Amino acid sequence: MSPRPEDHNRTLRGLTVDTISAVKELFKRTTRDISTAGRGAAAASQQAAPPPTILAKSGRAEDRSIGQPARSDGLRTFAVVVAFLCAVGGGIGFLYVFWSGGTNLLLGVTVGISFGALGCGLVLWAHLLMEQREATEPREPLLSPRDEREDAFASYAAGEHQVQRRKLLVGLSTLVAGTFAAVVVSMVRAFGKDPYLALLGTVWKRGQGLMTLQGKHMTVNSLRVGDTMTVFPPNRIGSVHAQTVLIRVNPEFLQLPKNRANWAPGGYVAYSRVCTHAGCPVGEYEDTTNLLLCPCHQSTFNVLNGGVPTGGPAARNLPQLPLYVDSDGTLRAAGDFSAPPGPGFWNLPPTADPGRGEP
Amino acid sequence: MIDLFGSWLDSRLRLAKFARKAFNHVFPDHWSFMLGEIALYSFVILVLTGLYLMLFFDASDSQVIYHGSYRALDGVLVTDAYRSVIHLSFDVRAGLLVRQMHHWAALIFVAAIVVHLMRIYFTAAYRRPREINWLIGVTLLALAIFNGYLGYSVPGDLLSGAGLRIAYAIVLSIPLIGPWLAYMGFGANVPSSVMTARMYGLHICLIPALIAALLVAHLGIIWRQFHTNYPGPGRTNESIVGSRLWPTYTAKSIGLFCLVFAFIGALGGLVQINPIWIYGPDNPAAIQPAAQPDWYLGWIEGAMRLFPGVHLRAGSLLFPEVLFPAVLFPLFVFAVLYAVPFIDKIFSAKSDEQHHVLMLPSQRPLATGLGCAAFAMLVVAFFAGSDDVIAIAAGASVVTVRLILRILFFVVPAVTFVISYLACVRLNRPAPEDWERYRVSRPDTTAVLGMKCSD
Repeated sequence: MSPRPEDHNRTLRGLTVDTISAVKELFKRTTRDISTAGRGAAAASQQAAPPPTILAKSGRAEDRSIGQPARSDGLRTFAVVVAFLCAVGGGIGFLYVFWSGGTNLLLGVTVGISFGALGCGLVLWAHLLMEQREATEPREPLLSPRDEREDAFASYAAGEHQVQRRKLLVGLSTLVAGTFAAVVVSMVRAFGKDPYLALLGTVWKRGQGLMTLQGKHMTVNSLRVGDTMTVFPPNRIGSVHAQTVLIRVNPEFLQLPKNRANWAPGGYVAYSRVCTHAGCPVGEYEDTTNLLLCPCHQSTFNVLNGGVPTGGPAARNLPQLPLYVDSDGTLRAAGDFSAPPGPGFWNLPPTADPGRGEP
Repeated sequence: MIDLFGSWLDSRLRLAKFARKAFNHVFPDHWSFMLGEIALYSFVILVLTGLYLMLFFDASDSQVIYHGSYRALDGVLVTDAYRSVIHLSFDVRAGLLVRQMHHWAALIFVAAIVVHLMRIYFTAAYRRPREINWLIGVTLLALAIFNGYLGYSVPGDLLSGAGLRIAYAIVLSIPLIGPWLAYMGFGANVPSSVMTARMYGLHICLIPALIAALLVAHLGIIWRQFHTNYPGPGRTNESIVGSRLWPTYTAKSIGLFCLVFAFIGALGGLVQINPIWIYGPDNPAAIQPAAQPDWYLGWIEGAMRLFPGVHLRAGSLLFPEVLFPAVLFPLFVFAVLYAVPFIDKIFSAKSDEQHHVLMLPSQRPLATGLGCAAFAMLVVAFFAGSDDVIAIAAGASVVTVRLILRILFFVVPAVTFVISYLACVRLNRPAPEDWERYRVSRPDTTAVLGMKCSD
């Protein structure tokens, strides 16, 4: 129902009068608060108590008083007033810093001051000026009374009866739900064709030259013993999956398995640069120990014997790339890695690698 | 005025009865009940600051050459996401403040949940009828950790790149579904052109919506069941003792929100966090030196380092080495957390009763000892996540530090158990007259209760 215009006006006028009188009352009370500073605590606490009728109706009449007002109300009010004024000051400070394009540091300080002061003011208000009473309320038992439970069950049973009669429809509903579930699950196809294409697919092919990130070919004279270079297949320069570390070691120290005897021409060995543990780039080579170190979890791999893990949490060899040198001295891959590069997954095929974890 | 508005609302919703109950709702006054509130308010701050960040963040992996006001990165190839975060940090007013507040609030959010969970555990507040809220709370912890991880993974910096590669390997290691899950979450590899958009969708929409929904349920159940009370005079299973919601508790609680806001705001202004312009953009060929995850993932990182370098082969099936410390171990930890109320039920005598009066930790030496031991184990794992940093600081080799930490991983919890167990027993033993203080039933309140129950 919509009020008539004069009603509306009256309400509006009443509202305005109410607001004005409320503000007046607030002002009076505030000044009274401050003027009662120094008077007896009993007077102050009397002031705070609500009228008995309200107290009785509120159900709070029995709340036990636990706090005794020790100092005067006025001083307490003053403390809260100071806190709130600090909050306003902090807020104005923030506005000034913000609009004048001030530093992050000053913004943080002013936020801290304004909200800190406001928080302190509110907590002080609650602790110093509100009645310190301990309320006790009964807890209703959480289990419904027996008759309520029985009624609820009966209501359910009355409906269930109608549903259960139609066995065929219930069965079909399940079928529909199952179909929808299949539809939702099959939508993973939207993400792409098949993760295994990338995980198990070929990275290197025989004959591909080893290229640096800048697109330069590596030759037998590119590195000195102890040096390393990150290389890629020509069609995948910069690829995470294909990144390969090329190291030149002293060929006399090599202890590669027999079937890899010719994989390291001139002491050049190449390994996948993706750690088999958690996929970090195995970037750090220490030429005194001939170990590749993964900076993430400190796994170490021996580059002399086929990338066998010698320490840390990795269990599988770094896949090795077979190399050969063509007629003009360019280093080329003689095939793909000895195993798919990167961290393991459930159907990663076993290899003949002499890895630590392999049975 | 409140009368007018109240009447207006009541004539439409019939709220008077509920309003009276709500104004009179009783909250206990003990400080430890504020821990959950701190978590709640951190979440509110996360949402507020997150909305601001959302206006400026660009969730794209497209590569661009940076030309902006931060000269040190001029001409560097970065992702759009990274560029937008640098722009946010240097060119948007209060952008850095809000970004750092968001990060700090996330750290404090998880920390507050963990401390809140410990309070609940050590005082046995999870007991009947509060098992559901325990389960919701543990789920909230998992979601908070997950969303925190997503949050620091989206800016496309070098540190987040390391975390992404490791997370990709962890997801990949899950039997049967791992490769598909990793493919869905991150794309064909890390970094990919889709990962930031996918993680961002989860980070700002799905996970926060879940957290918000579970929070509402969490609070609704607390409202329905009331809080617990610490043991003491007048504290019984049939009543709740404390301050009324209106006005005392309202003032205190809003005050607490302001103080949490002030603390996080001051941290955001004064203490630098995640300075991605120093880390540089992600580069798959490099790793942030001594990379560490945010604190709440340190225990998983540590477990990955402590676990020996072995994997399992069963026929052609591979169970990769990261599966054990980074998938099964966290799953086990959360499974134990979920099971706590039900394990406790087997061992506690009055499991069928309603429990509204808390236990003191010393009253349950076994549970307290086990809780302390489990916590100690996770703390050791947390430190193991920084074993390379510890090794550098101590001037020892990583191998030695890791060996010591592997021993400590088992020894520290055992010692912690013995000490905390004996401490509880000792606290209980000598003063039987003190026990009287903690007896739950008090005859003087039953009369009052009988009267009020008929209401």
